[in-house]
Amino acid sequence: MQITVGDLKIGQKGIIVDFDIDTIPLKLLEMGCLPGNSIELIQIAPFGCPLYFNVNDSHVAIRLETAKEIKVVINPKNND
Amino acid sequence: MTKDPIKVALIGNPNTGKTSVFNQLTGLHQQVGNYPGITVEKKIGACKLNETTKATIIDLPGTYSLNASSIDENVVIELLMNKKDVNYPDVVVVVSEVENLKRNLLLFTQIKDLEIPTVLVINMSDRMQLKGIELNIPLLEKELQTKIALVSSRKNIGIEKIKKLILNYKSLPTKPCLNASSIDPEYFDKLKKAFPNQLVYKLWLVITQDVNFLNLDRNEMKSSFTKSHADLKRLQQKETIKRYQFINETLKLGQKIDQSKASDIRAKLDRVITHKVFGYLIFLVVLFGIFQSIFDWSSIPMDFIDSSFANLASYAKTNLPAGEFTNLISEGIIPGIGGILIFIPQIAFLFLFISVLEESGYMSRVVFLMDKIMRRYGLSGKSIVPLISGTACAIPAIMGARNIENWKERLITILVTPFITCSARLPVYAILISLIIPKQRIFGFLSLQGLTLMGLYLLGFGMALLSAYILNKVLKISSKSYFVVEMPSYKIPLFKNVAINIIEKTKAFVFGAGKIILAISIVLWFLGSHGPDATFGNAQNIVSQSIKTTDPNYENKLSEFKLEHSYIGTIGKYIEPAIKPLGYDWKIGIAVVSSFAAREVFVGTLATIYSVGNHGDEEATIKEQMKNEIREDGSKTFNFATGISLLIYYALAMQCISTLAIVKKETNSWKWPLVQLIFMSGLAYLSALLAYQILQ
Repeated sequence: MQITVGDLKIGQKGIIVDFDIDTIPLKLLEMGCLPGNSIELIQIAPFGCPLYFNVNDSHVAIRLETAKEIKVVINPKNND
Repeated sequence: MTKDPIKVALIGNPNTGKTSVFNQLTGLHQQVGNYPGITVEKKIGACKLNETTKATIIDLPGTYSLNASSIDENVVIELLMNKKDVNYPDVVVVVSEVENLKRNLLLFTQIKDLEIPTVLVINMSDRMQLKGIELNIPLLEKELQTKIALVSSRKNIGIEKIKKLILNYKSLPTKPCLNASSIDPEYFDKLKKAFPNQLVYKLWLVITQDVNFLNLDRNEMKSSFTKSHADLKRLQQKETIKRYQFINETLKLGQKIDQSKASDIRAKLDRVITHKVFGYLIFLVVLFGIFQSIFDWSSIPMDFIDSSFANLASYAKTNLPAGEFTNLISEGIIPGIGGILIFIPQIAFLFLFISVLEESGYMSRVVFLMDKIMRRYGLSGKSIVPLISGTACAIPAIMGARNIENWKERLITILVTPFITCSARLPVYAILISLIIPKQRIFGFLSLQGLTLMGLYLLGFGMALLSAYILNKVLKISSKSYFVVEMPSYKIPLFKNVAINIIEKTKAFVFGAGKIILAISIVLWFLGSHGPDATFGNAQNIVSQSIKTTDPNYENKLSEFKLEHSYIGTIGKYIEPAIKPLGYDWKIGIAVVSSFAAREVFVGTLATIYSVGNHGDEEATIKEQMKNEIREDGSKTFNFATGISLLIYYALAMQCISTLAIVKKETNSWKWPLVQLIFMSGLAYLSALLAYQILQ
């Protein structure tokens, strides 16, 4: 199933598939937010934004609008 | 024989303990300055490597990569690209940390591509066992083409190893550890052929960044090698993936992690600290604790400094030969220096709290918690860092707004930060509060004075938010918004880092702002003890006509008359009509005007004016002198209405030339500091007027 990281639930993991290269911040790529890497939602701030992820062992917070641009697939094996 | 010092550049990701390594290497032998033309802080320190050789170490701003996204990060590539720079390093020390090695190595591989001798420091090695991490150092050294120092800056382990590696920098390999140009061989081959004498990676940085230090014709390069923004970024993505592939393969061989020990304490703590209820509660408690303790703890040393200088002034007056020079010392210089030193306790406490919040990693959580709320006011969660450090001083706070990526959010942050109660307002608040608010406690522990102070902080914060809200509606700037914040692991702040930070900031204040305060004090003394001949020079004759020279009140009357007819009295009387509706007399008016350059001058000015006005045989502190001031009708000058009016005026007015200067620098235009000055000071005048008219 393909969703965006904006749709993940707390504690849920996904594998990054794709994003809009034009709008995604380069800094996020450098943090390891790259296709093929796993991403886990750790916490959502009050009022729904920003979101706090563990991606490629980097702990980063990004806003919902950026999160909605990153497409992921859920790997059932990672979510037992 | 002593040789030229080896030039070392310290580079690393934020939160790797780079500054701790710097502090361990250099101790207190540090110089803090600015890079020419910009306000990025430049830290250079000296380190003794052995009996004959020294190193000059430059601590570069923390950066995640050589793709700069702020002026701070730009400093890093500008230095590394320019071989002619006086600080161009002989050797680069890249600081990484054991838990984030993968990400830290990205920057390392980029620096290796510049073919500068590079040492890799892996910091926080004391956490390896806890986290179940094992490293194969010889293998990593071979794969990464470098020498590695395993360091714990916290426990002072491995620092000698870094020194040894720096000393032998000539034997370090300079080969890149991967071939990044394989992401588009055709393109990079063409680049190489066009500029055969340059490193391909440097050319690539020139194409993708706004730097040009290779004396190449940028236009020529742009025309033949430029690509669309999306194509360039796609290539940068490829480059990043390529680098991570290499890093992952290397770490697969050289790093073993026992997953069972890798319990994520950070995530568990964060569930509480960033919780939608507890998170805000914790934040409020932290803020409240800071403000209560600043007021309670620093009042003891402040009272001590205040009374010591009052004693010293009267001692100087009675024991030095009478004359103009003694007056300058006892009425100008000593109160002036006292007016500077009295700030030290509060500044030190504020920087103590701010550096503990930053060092522990808590500040990032506050950014996370506050982002959505701040965005309603056109600010970013990252604005919380300038707004909190604005409680110390608006100048570093406004510079700290630099890491806000969105220009509109950054501009609004810069414009509203001066509303935040800075430490320069504290002495003004402290003295006025102690004059007009009774020393009582509610419920036995909440001091009324402390609560008033907190109220003033809230007023400043509220005005900052309100103005931000208005600016957000008024300013028509559209800029792309993005927001990436690292949430570092929690750490117990290192005493040495906190101490060095406090010492540095206090020193910068004493020598920076102190000079202005002292100079203004001396000028004020002169203006207050000299005047036009017709009245001032004739004071004795005029006063003796109305009161007998033998009258016990004669001396007081004489000094009062003199002050009133001195140059400063003349100026004060001139502006009195404008400030009378606010409840100020001409003496307060002088203090307000002279503190236009810097708020903290207010207290010093009153001290100087009142000690000139006194005939000197009583050793009163500034506070006592203010308390004893009376109006013509015999009531106290500093009554409740005037006190509140002054407090509100100082809470809102833009009384700081240095802040205006820094805003000009950061926004690159006089427009914004002028807007700030007119808006803030106009608002302050009207609010103080309203307050006094209602309360009197």
